[in-house]
Amino acid sequence: MVDLSINCGGIKSPNPFWLASAPPSNSAYQNCKAFEQGWGGTVWKTIGEPVMNVCNRYGGLDLNGEKLAGINNVELISDRPIETNFKEIAETKRLWSDRAVVVSIMVESKKETWQDIVKRTIDTGADGIELNYGCPHGMSERGMGAAVGQVPEYCKMITEWVTEVSTIPVLVKLTPNITDIRFPGRAAKAANADGISLINTINSIVGIDLDTLKIMPSVAGKSSHGGFAGPAVKPIALHHVSQIAKDPEINLPISGIGGITTWQDAAEFILLGATSVQLCTAVMHYGFRIIEDLVEGLTNWMESKGFTTIEDFRGKAVEQVDDFGNFNLLHKTVARIDQTKCIHCNLCYIACEDGAHQCIDLLPVNAHNETKVREEDCVGCCLCSLVCPVDGCISMVRVDDGSEEKTWNELMAEFKKEGKPLTWENLAEFQKKHGIVIH
Amino acid sequence: MNLAPKLSEEEYRKNFAELIPPYNNITAVAEAARCLYCYDSPCKHGCPAHIDISTFIKKITTGNLLGSAKTILNSNWIALTCAKACPVEVLCEGACVLNEKGEKPIEIGRLQRFAIENYFESGMPKLFKQKPKNGKSVGIIGSGPAGLACGAELALLGYEIQIYEMNELPGGLSTWGIAPYKTSMEDSLKEVEMIKGLGVNIQTGITVGETISIEELLDKHDALFIGIGLGESGKLNIPGEHLNGVIGALEFIEKIKKGNRGFVDVGDRVAVIGAGNTSIDAATIAKRLEAEEVMIIYRRSEAEMPANDFEYRLAKNDGIIFRFLTSPIEILGDKSVEGIKCIKNKLGEADEQGRRKPVPISNSEFIIPVDMVIYALGQQPKLSFLNSISDLRIESNKILVDSDTYQTNNPKVFAGGDCINGGKEVVNAAYDGKQAAQGIDKFLSG
Repeated sequence: MVDLSINCGGIKSPNPFWLASAPPSNSAYQNCKAFEQGWGGTVWKTIGEPVMNVCNRYGGLDLNGEKLAGINNVELISDRPIETNFKEIAETKRLWSDRAVVVSIMVESKKETWQDIVKRTIDTGADGIELNYGCPHGMSERGMGAAVGQVPEYCKMITEWVTEVSTIPVLVKLTPNITDIRFPGRAAKAANADGISLINTINSIVGIDLDTLKIMPSVAGKSSHGGFAGPAVKPIALHHVSQIAKDPEINLPISGIGGITTWQDAAEFILLGATSVQLCTAVMHYGFRIIEDLVEGLTNWMESKGFTTIEDFRGKAVEQVDDFGNFNLLHKTVARIDQTKCIHCNLCYIACEDGAHQCIDLLPVNAHNETKVREEDCVGCCLCSLVCPVDGCISMVRVDDGSEEKTWNELMAEFKKEGKPLTWENLAEFQKKHGIVIH
Repeated sequence: MNLAPKLSEEEYRKNFAELIPPYNNITAVAEAARCLYCYDSPCKHGCPAHIDISTFIKKITTGNLLGSAKTILNSNWIALTCAKACPVEVLCEGACVLNEKGEKPIEIGRLQRFAIENYFESGMPKLFKQKPKNGKSVGIIGSGPAGLACGAELALLGYEIQIYEMNELPGGLSTWGIAPYKTSMEDSLKEVEMIKGLGVNIQTGITVGETISIEELLDKHDALFIGIGLGESGKLNIPGEHLNGVIGALEFIEKIKKGNRGFVDVGDRVAVIGAGNTSIDAATIAKRLEAEEVMIIYRRSEAEMPANDFEYRLAKNDGIIFRFLTSPIEILGDKSVEGIKCIKNKLGEADEQGRRKPVPISNSEFIIPVDMVIYALGQQPKLSFLNSISDLRIESNKILVDSDTYQTNNPKVFAGGDCINGGKEVVNAAYDGKQAAQGIDKFLSG
């Protein structure tokens, strides 16, 4: 029997699926509706300083007919009075004691202001606090959000103010708009945070309307960078999550965020170390009802893999994340095309010919062209297998016998030992010895 | 003659509504987005005009509709008629790789229509560079798909073009000969309009050999292109053919295309002789004109039937009755058709084309009461007026041409379309015309 329950830095929920701090978690009405439909937790839309929003807050990125592959927003934190929010948080928590109610907070950088909002949040009965250090627009102009997340010292200082008075778990939410996300992560750790949420949205301009020449979204003719989210950002989010998970100095529970739409996406975040996952764009697109497939799909997959708890597979992929210098240079694969599955679109041919290493031939056979890989020339780049529209038609087949292994770092160490400098000639000698042909 | 009741305007609109409705901007892009954008795509090879299909479809997805139309028209001047009337399931769409993937092929014909109609609606801006006039003149006999395509191509190359058309409207079979729920006369005339916009002159109501002599044309022009198609529907050659209510399929289709449908008489019970695509057009038109019973009488069996699957399904959906292995031997009646006497056949040996021949079964004659007989046994070309062209060679009712240049045995005379192939699709004629233009240009500039 699969158990989806989790404990993320002391915050417990019956499943790992939380609403991210965003429009879907704006009110008691929405959060309670989400809980009714099965969501495990919520991170209440950020409360704090007084703000006003504008009209035209979002811009969509459509790809090849697919709506909202990405969404960009210039919406600020909650524009409802803070008292209303506190009242609704308390009410929601009272009604839903088994779900995680985390409150996202953001105020100006004053110790007493932060400590005041923390105390008032605890008074609502909430299960945890998330510090919004990521909001990339508007709030950052006022010295909050990403303006904090981009400076590890500020992260540490404010987090310390919070953990000093908080009696409930504190998650720090990081911005990806930074060169190395591990630095604010380490700052959170040093300030005794209980966990890290990431990523917040990515600075973006989503597009320009070619009829009006206006940047989207246009606020009465003006625009600005917004925060980019949705399926398109998932790979970037996975990278940042892996960075935090892999860092030995941090070692904190992770709440993963960024383009999660399906249970498969969620499983990938968990495999890279996340304990809970937060969703926003998918809910904004399709509504809370997606929770049914998220829970069922993840449960069925775990059953098929023999996992009974989230902990059984959490972080299982982290150890693979390594430096390029530790990759085996003698690992050799080639593309093989299953002619019985080929539909003769020739996309592998043109991709290899124009975009890779010219090792697929187009041979006229009967009425069709037949694509054939010259294996001796194939560099094993995978591109053809990625463009092929037929599942399982092109596979990358391992052709080395696995008996030899040599990484770049090992090779360099060897060169050093033998007194050989790194030159093209010395590299060619190594390649020749192992039958590696460079085109 | 028992006549079917005449349709009201509303009934006509309903019965003759387009079979395949047009896309709008959203549905077109959604369909185009399914295209894999194959390289050296099989659909292109499946198109007799070799349109670069995946390129024009890709352009629809990016909203480059003008570029899309240019890609299509670069290979085929008769693109709207072809988009609507081509048997796509055996051509481009039949070759779509998605068939092999177990998915629905891309609706190429419908997308082509979308791009071309958009071009027509946007006022037909200039797409191609036109060479300056070279002072040479080419005369074209017939303004069907072959003649129009040849004229358009030569006009771009700088030639003075004069097309001679015997009918009162140009366009040939595109205008007169395709069922109205596939293409309208307006579609064909829009194509003509576009080609006239390139400077092609079309004189209608001119019958070469009567209004003007061949000699005069040969004298007047530096080269001649013959794109006269075929003539009337072939006769049945059985007793009773003269009776009131016996009509050729093309003549019947032409009547309804001319728009005077209120006056088109259709019998209550109609027999259509022959089972090609034109027979199906005639039968479905008769049925949609509210004939009570329409049957197709065909001497061979279902397997040998020339109509393609799409047409066959269409006819069956319309409730057309098929009487296979049946040959008409006499049309019965006093002044008007009252019945048709037929004989049953069985299949014998295969003929030279590999189709099994019908062999009459003795004493199997029977009579079917009908009020109208429409015959569609293929058409015969009317080539006699070409006799005065020296060296022109005609074999089995086809004008012989060089397969690359479309030049006849008389170097100054070229030909293409149905009159050289005995009757194929519009797209084949359009391709012939375009290729012949290259042949003519080579001849005149060489």
